[in-house]
This record gives sequence, C-alpha cells and structure tokens, in this order.
Amino acid sequence: MIPLTVPITEEEIRSLKVGDAVGISGVLFTGRDVVHKYLHDGGALPPGVSFKSGIIYHCGPVVIQDEQGNWKVTAAGPTTSIREEPYQGEIIREFGLRGVIGKGGMGDRTLAACKEHGCAYLHAIGGAAQVLAECIKAVRNVYFLKEFGSPEAIWELEVENFPAVVTMDCHGNSLHKEVFAASQAELAKHV
Amino acid sequence: MNQSQRSKDVRSLPRLPPVDTESLTTYDFKMQSLRASLLELVRRTSAEIPDDVQKAILDSLENEKKGTIAESALKIIERNIEMAKQKSQPICQDTGSIILYVDCPATFDQITFEEITREAVREATKKGHLRQNSVDSLTGLNDGTNVGPGSPTIHFHQHRSPEIHVRLILKGGGCENVGAQYSLPNEKLKADRDLKGCRKVILDAVLQAQGKGCGPGILGVCIGGDRATGYEFSKQQFLRTLPDRNPSHELDQLEHDIFKTANELGIGPMGFGGKTTLLGVKICAANRLPASFFVSVSYMCWAYRRQGVVLKPTGEIDKWMY
Ligand code: SF4
Repeated sequence: MIPLTVPITEEEIRSLKVGDAVGISGVLFTGRDVVHKYLHDGGALPPGVSFKSGIIYHCGPVVIQDEQGNWKVTAAGPTTSIREEPYQGEIIREFGLRGVIGKGGMGDRTLAACKEHGCAYLHAIGGAAQVLAECIKAVRNVYFLKEFGSPEAIWELEVENFPAVVTMDCHGNSLHKEVFAASQAELAKHV
Repeated sequence: MNQSQRSKDVRSLPRLPPVDTESLTTYDFKMQSLRASLLELVRRTSAEIPDDVQKAILDSLENEKKGTIAESALKIIERNIEMAKQKSQPICQDTGSIILYVDCPATFDQITFEEITREAVREATKKGHLRQNSVDSLTGLNDGTNVGPGSPTIHFHQHRSPEIHVRLILKGGGCENVGAQYSLPNEKLKADRDLKGCRKVILDAVLQAQGKGCGPGILGVCIGGDRATGYEFSKQQFLRTLPDRNPSHELDQLEHDIFKTANELGIGPMGFGGKTTLLGVKICAANRLPASFFVSVSYMCWAYRRQGVVLKPTGEIDKWMY
C-alpha cells in the first residue's frame, strides 16, 4: 500500500497509476450531491475551509453526538460518484483538489480535469462503512449541518491509513473505462 | 402460475368462518414489546448480514484470484461484515429505503402496527441503527426522523395462518439507482418478447451497472407486470435466500444461466475486474397486458440487508426467519 498524506503535492499524485492501492492519512472533507451543486453554482466554502492540495470524499456518514456534544462517526463508506460528474471537473480546477474519493468511478470530464490539474480518483470500497469509519480518528468540524442535513453536510475528518485504489489517474487512464470495454466485448460473445 | 392452478386456487377458497370475537382480541399487542421487537429487527437487519449472503461472499473470496484488487476488496467487505456485527453498527452508512413485508391474519390491526413501526423507526434512527436518510423531495429538507410519506413502506399481506411474519429489507440508494426497466421489444439490444430477449436485457442491466451498485450484487427480476408491479415484484425476490431454487423450471434455468454468464464478464467486485460480479439471481414472472412486456431489474448490493421475525401474539419475537 502506498502511503498518501494530505496535503498532497502534484508530483506525488502524478506518480500514481491505475491499480495502485493507497493508504490515505490527514484531513478529508466530505461532500456529496448538495455540496457539489452548491459550489458549482458559485457558493463559497465556509471560512477556514480549503480544499487546496486536499481530498474531497463523496460520503454521507452516520454521525452521532454524545452527551458532551462530541461527534462520532459510526459508519462512513463512499457514495456513488457519477452523480457529481456534471460538477466535479470544475471543482477540481477551482478549488485545487488533488484527490477525489468515492465509488463507481467518474466520466470523461473528471478524467480530463484529473489529467490537466493533477488529481486522482481514489476508489474506496463501497459499503465498507465500518472498516472505513475505523480509519477516521477524529471529527474536526462540520459545516452546513443545518442547511444541508447530516449526510449532505461537509464533515472535516481526520483519517489514518484509509484504504483506496487509484481507478482514474493523472495520465488519462480509467480502470472503469477499461473494465466496461472489456466486459462489453465479453458480453457480445454471450448474447 | 398457470391457468389450471389459478382456477383451482379460486375454487379451493374456503368459506369465511363466522366471526370469532375471541380471535379479534388475540392480537392485542403490548405496544412496548412490539416496539422493542421492531427496533431489534431494524438493528439486526442494519448490522448483520444474513448467513446465506455471508457464505456467498466467503465463497467468492475463495474463488477470486489471489493478490488482485478484487480479492482485497472482498477481504475488506468480509472484515466489514464482521466488524458491523461485533459493534452492532450499520454494515453500510446508507441504511437504505425501509421496506417491510408483513404477513398477517385477517384480524390483525394494521393501523396500530403501522404507527408503532414509525415509532420504532424514529427510535432506531436516534440510536444510529439507521442514518438520517429520508429527504422531503420538494423542500430538500431532512427532518432526521426517517419518517415521512413513503418512509417506511409497509406491504401488508393477509394469510390464513394465525402467525405474524415481519420481514425487513434495507435497500441502499446506490444499488437502487442502477436498477432498470426494459420494455420489449428493444431494438438496440435486439431483444424480442421471449426468454432470450429477457436474458439480453437482464445481462445489459449487469453491464450498465458495472461496479456502481457496490457489486458483487444480487439481481431481483420480474418478467411482466405493469411498470409499478414489475419493480415491486422484482424487489420481493430479495426475500428469497440465495441457495433456494425457483419452482419454475424455465426461470430456474434462466437464473443459473444469467448468474454464470454475468460472472464471466470480468466486471468483478466494485467493478475492479475479477470473477465475482453477481452473488445471485432471482427471477419471477407476472402476467402482462398483450400490449406491454416489461422486464424490471432491481439490483441489490453486497450489503444485502434482509431479516425477518415471527412475532408472538403479544408482539414479542418468537423466532428469526433468516
Ligand atoms: S449500494 Fe449498498 S453497499 Fe453501496 S453504498 Fe449503497 S447501500 Fe451501501
């Protein structure tokens, strides 16, 4: 497993290629449908939040608050990324992201933005909410909780050794495209 | 069901017995125990995968090529299943649409049951067995309770047995999104109105889904019906266990054929490539209008959350169904 620590340099991210397993440490921000649309429509990040050289995680975690008001993430797997395809490329460029964690892969526009800007798509294991929640060592903050609701809010999370696989790299390669093409060709033999 | 079976069923309907006031009061639930039973059903469904599914995942892990990302994905999945059970926490953070199937006798008080189910759902959400997962489609607001129009969904079905069966499926959104409904004939896929055509569109659904529905997945399919019942029946297939066999010979064959073929496509867990694309295929058929021929495909992710309980007349859990 290749360790990857946030903030990530352009050089580091460009050295990764499709199929590499990485273990991510540092700060992640969650952001899913509402956040992407909001940012794409010109919305501003809350004061003190920066995605620069960072990672956005497509995730709507289950978070509970104890009596002292502390947040605890009890389940935190990725959500399907393709829904953010209309927005992701511009958000990568605009906010300087180096990584996008999600599941299911993304399309050509995101792939182009990854290549141009130096960003990679890091595929987490969909549904592995417990294994991934265990990698979250602390909830640093939450933004837009009231406005967007808990799953759609921006959660600032500190993670250690969060496992993911590079499925779209900075060199224009996408495992999703490869597997789709190969499986489509295989299917043609069977129907 | 064929014609002769159907008419036999109608003929064999017994006459209604005289109303027995005793039995009307038999299902006088102790609200507290019913609420507790439903809460426990939700908790267990969310945290523990049924044995048949876990076994299928373990088998596929054995079968996957060693040292591949497909194998490591399945290993993480396996570890996740163990952790969720041990910590009594959701297997997946998307705790899904809450769909209940209740088989009950005619004297059963559905209204009270529904009210208590809603209470149990609120409680389960507070406790974190369910994510705050239900959004007002017009305002976009999430009131954090999981209770609202269509949530939870309860399908009641009366049966001629005094038993009360409550089965629960938590159906995730990612896999729901890759479900598909085809109207045959489908020119693009060269799918006609026959079983061969059905096979083509079902396999197309697998191809299009790739890893997006958190594969390896399980297909629930309905051939026929209208648009609504087609999808509804396709989902009901998820109440079956993976190793069971379809009573219809044709459908049994089709299930096996699709399972085998899909696993030769190389889509693999999470769409990473690999041998395990599907863990199961379950197909039913419903009558259709001469004008329509729908094939409705529901996709269930590996986080296949299905449980059921048989309740005592007082509302306590008598036994677990899966
Ligand atoms: S598809 Fe299933 S496993 Fe994947 S995120 Fe949704 S509920 Fe979880």
